[in-house]
Amino acid sequence: MSIEMTKADVPGVPLLEVRDLHVEFRTREGQAKAVNGVSYTVDAGETLAVLGESGSGKSVTAQTIMGILDMPPGRITGGEILFRGEDMLKMPEDQRRRVRGDKIAMIFQDALSSLNPVLSVGYQLGEMFRVHRGMSRKEAKAKSVELMDRVRIPAAKERVNDYPHQFSGGMRQRIMIAMALALEPDVIIADEPTTALDVTVQAQVMDLLSELQRDFNMGLILITHDLGVVADVADKIAVMYAGRIVEHAPVHELYKRPAHPYTKGLLDSIPRLDHKGKELYAIKGLPPSLTAVPSGCAFNPRCAMARDVCRTEVPPLAEVTERDGSPLGGRTSACHFWKETIHG
Amino acid sequence: MGRYVVRRLLQMIPVFIGSTFIIFMMMYALPGDPVRALWGERAPDEAQMAAIKADLGLDDPILLQYWNYLVGLVQGDFGTQIQSRREVIDVISDALPATLRLTALAFLITAVVGIGLGLLAGLRAGKKTDRGILFLSLLLISVPVFVIGYLYQTYPGVKWGWITPTVRDSENWGELLLPALALASLSLAYVMRLTRSTIVENRRADYMRTARAKGLPQRRVVGNHLLRNSLIPVVTFLGVDLGNLMAGAIVTEGIFNINGIGRTVYEALNAREGATVVGVVSFIIIVYLVIALLVDLLYAVLDPRIRYA
Amino acid sequence: MPEARATIGKKEAVPSGGGAVPAAVAVDAGPAPGKPRSLWSDAWHDLRRKPSFVIPALIILLLLVVAAFPGWFTSVSPRAADLTNNYLREPELTHFFSPEWLGYNQQGQSIWARMLYGTRASIVIGVAVTVLVTVLGSLVGMLAGYFGGWVDALLSRVIDIFLGIPFLLGAMVILVSFDTRTEWTVTFALAFLGWTTVARVMRGSVISIKQSDYVAAARSLGAGTSRILLRHVLPNAMAPVIVVAMIALGGYITAEAVLSFLGIGLSEPSISWGGDINRAQGQIRIAEHILLYPSILLSITILSFLMLGDAVRDALDPKLR
Repeated sequence: MSIEMTKADVPGVPLLEVRDLHVEFRTREGQAKAVNGVSYTVDAGETLAVLGESGSGKSVTAQTIMGILDMPPGRITGGEILFRGEDMLKMPEDQRRRVRGDKIAMIFQDALSSLNPVLSVGYQLGEMFRVHRGMSRKEAKAKSVELMDRVRIPAAKERVNDYPHQFSGGMRQRIMIAMALALEPDVIIADEPTTALDVTVQAQVMDLLSELQRDFNMGLILITHDLGVVADVADKIAVMYAGRIVEHAPVHELYKRPAHPYTKGLLDSIPRLDHKGKELYAIKGLPPSLTAVPSGCAFNPRCAMARDVCRTEVPPLAEVTERDGSPLGGRTSACHFWKETIHG
Repeated sequence: MGRYVVRRLLQMIPVFIGSTFIIFMMMYALPGDPVRALWGERAPDEAQMAAIKADLGLDDPILLQYWNYLVGLVQGDFGTQIQSRREVIDVISDALPATLRLTALAFLITAVVGIGLGLLAGLRAGKKTDRGILFLSLLLISVPVFVIGYLYQTYPGVKWGWITPTVRDSENWGELLLPALALASLSLAYVMRLTRSTIVENRRADYMRTARAKGLPQRRVVGNHLLRNSLIPVVTFLGVDLGNLMAGAIVTEGIFNINGIGRTVYEALNAREGATVVGVVSFIIIVYLVIALLVDLLYAVLDPRIRYA
Repeated sequence: MPEARATIGKKEAVPSGGGAVPAAVAVDAGPAPGKPRSLWSDAWHDLRRKPSFVIPALIILLLLVVAAFPGWFTSVSPRAADLTNNYLREPELTHFFSPEWLGYNQQGQSIWARMLYGTRASIVIGVAVTVLVTVLGSLVGMLAGYFGGWVDALLSRVIDIFLGIPFLLGAMVILVSFDTRTEWTVTFALAFLGWTTVARVMRGSVISIKQSDYVAAARSLGAGTSRILLRHVLPNAMAPVIVVAMIALGGYITAEAVLSFLGIGLSEPSISWGGDINRAQGQIRIAEHILLYPSILLSITILSFLMLGDAVRDALDPKLR
């Protein structure tokens, strides 16, 4: 099939790299810059968590990587998406399609609406093998049962012909995971994979996902707004706000010492047992409309530290260092006052 | 499923009795005496007239007449024509093949062209193609079938000479094409609009995004995922519409001179030939009810979320 | 380290369907400024700037004027037959509004005058059937939907019975028993068979409204049945009914034309487009204008009502766009 794609890891070239991506939406209110210069990378076996509120551009970035962005109203206005060093935005659609599902797969939030209601789960799983591997209906069905076993769906053989609505929420999300894993892709993008589930089921599904990621040595992009999920499974975090990455750091570093007031606010708003009885912190205000992003730093109207420069100049994504200037593991922050934020 | 079918069949009984009763009463409320009409201008032979009436049961009270008619219907007896003394069922079976062919062709056109154009419009929603198809559907609904019939007859038929303007041989599918197109026009427009709106509705569904993320070819995304879901309401509509097509043949058959059910009932109406009218209408009601039941069952097959208890 | 899971912002507590980014963009824009408007005034606000509403509305307005005062547009009587007016002569299209501009029919009557006077029959029947059907259908649908149980079972069977009768054929059977058929006879026949559509729509929307929280709230506050029906159920159930009725209006005009065309609709001396088209069919090969012009006007009329209904539906229910 795609010979180019199956070649082994090239040293020095990330598995997947997003470079300065810009995506706009045409809305009634005007142009909305949903993604405004986003860059990140993910390597084999690595988990990148992309954190942000709705409208921060995290899902749009993911859909652009997958090539499933609705265009129009969406429009890619700049940047590159490199898979093993090759820009997917420049690939012909047919080649791109072969990468989708096979090399890069996606897990969606709401499995009930994301699975086709009138096709059996066996058919929907088997489609992956039939389309990408040219298997017969029968072979594909056997593979589907295997997959369902793999994601620990009980009585897979009997249930392979059932329809999505006949499964529980957790089981449906397992089917989504199975579908994404079917062809053992190199990268999985999971867009809020546990948000629609009951709290008790969330942990099970998340554990399954990270276990499978380890087993297959895949790169995982985990899109979420749930800081709790992130801490347990991610290696590094990219925090997004109003279409930009505002902070990028290894996960434990970020929790210990946030270098952006927004991240700091997020961490402070987590309820903690040792703070019981005290009022919970909340970031004041609402995220901005993407058609009317505040000038300067987009976060300035909600930021306690905001000064004049924040209202006029967009802060660049600067490297964060220790007080003495020694490097901090490639951490970056888009705040004029990152020093004050991290070093207090 | 079995119990559902039985329940639906039981529900059909009062509906069937009710509809045929209304038609029966309306037809027999007609002024004029059909038996007296046998003599035309001449003076009728009273004894003979009474004998014929007794023979046909026409001297019974109207409710008893209806009861006898219903009992007959159950046994497949649709009554007897007064003038010709022919069995109505024979009249129907003579006329039925032409109507069935016409209806089948119209149905085919409705399904293929309607779904095809609806799909095209839905996929290009908001673009020029879509607006063009929507306008075409509005035209097809607005221009009454007899006007469309005449336009088809006049232009390709008479003026350009592409095709014979009237049907001489109802077994010739080519000659049936124009009348079928005319008959199909209204249903075609509705199917186009319905398909378009369900396509537009489903096009942005989450499972469509999944299908694309799976790397399926466009053909498969549209054919196996989008159409499979969007056609459920369309199939339902098509089924129910089959009955409408049969009833609508009355105008088309008249214009194109086809000897079918429509012509038969039209002539019978003008001749005040009640038995034929009631017979044909009862027949259409039966067809309609059976199709409605089949469509309901088909719905459960097409949409696994529907379960009949 | 966080000791409990937290979510960012209150907005994502109930996440919207994954790909709804454009929707999220719209949500972030916040509530529209100004006072909240009712469904109807909101729809009107939308409609009056849309050509797909304004154009058919103006045409219908014009048709209503013509139907009421056909004499304003022509000085000739539609029944004045003068055989010196040769129907084979080509219409003189440049003589706008003159009796001969659309030509004459076989009786030497002005086609223009007959079209004007025929408007009344179509409009009167279309509007009258729609009004009757809406009132009767709403009543039956509301009773069936609100009371449920055996009332619903009974009324639903009655609806099924009338649905079982083929519309056109049924109307023909009714009408053939009248020797002279006026606008009102035809109206009666069409309404008698046509009310079921509205009844079904009404029943469906009443059932869904009945289960809504505000009706439950009203009931818990002790509101009586008639108050709930009139104050809460009826106003909310009317929107879909009115849309269906507006779209059906065009269909009733078609039905009248088809019936008149078949010779079982309006009888002489009533003037109707369908009847004129019927009488023109013999001449179609030699004088097609006799058939063409009334057909065009008939089609424009139906199209206008249809487009109006479509536009109103879109304005009332943006989901259906």
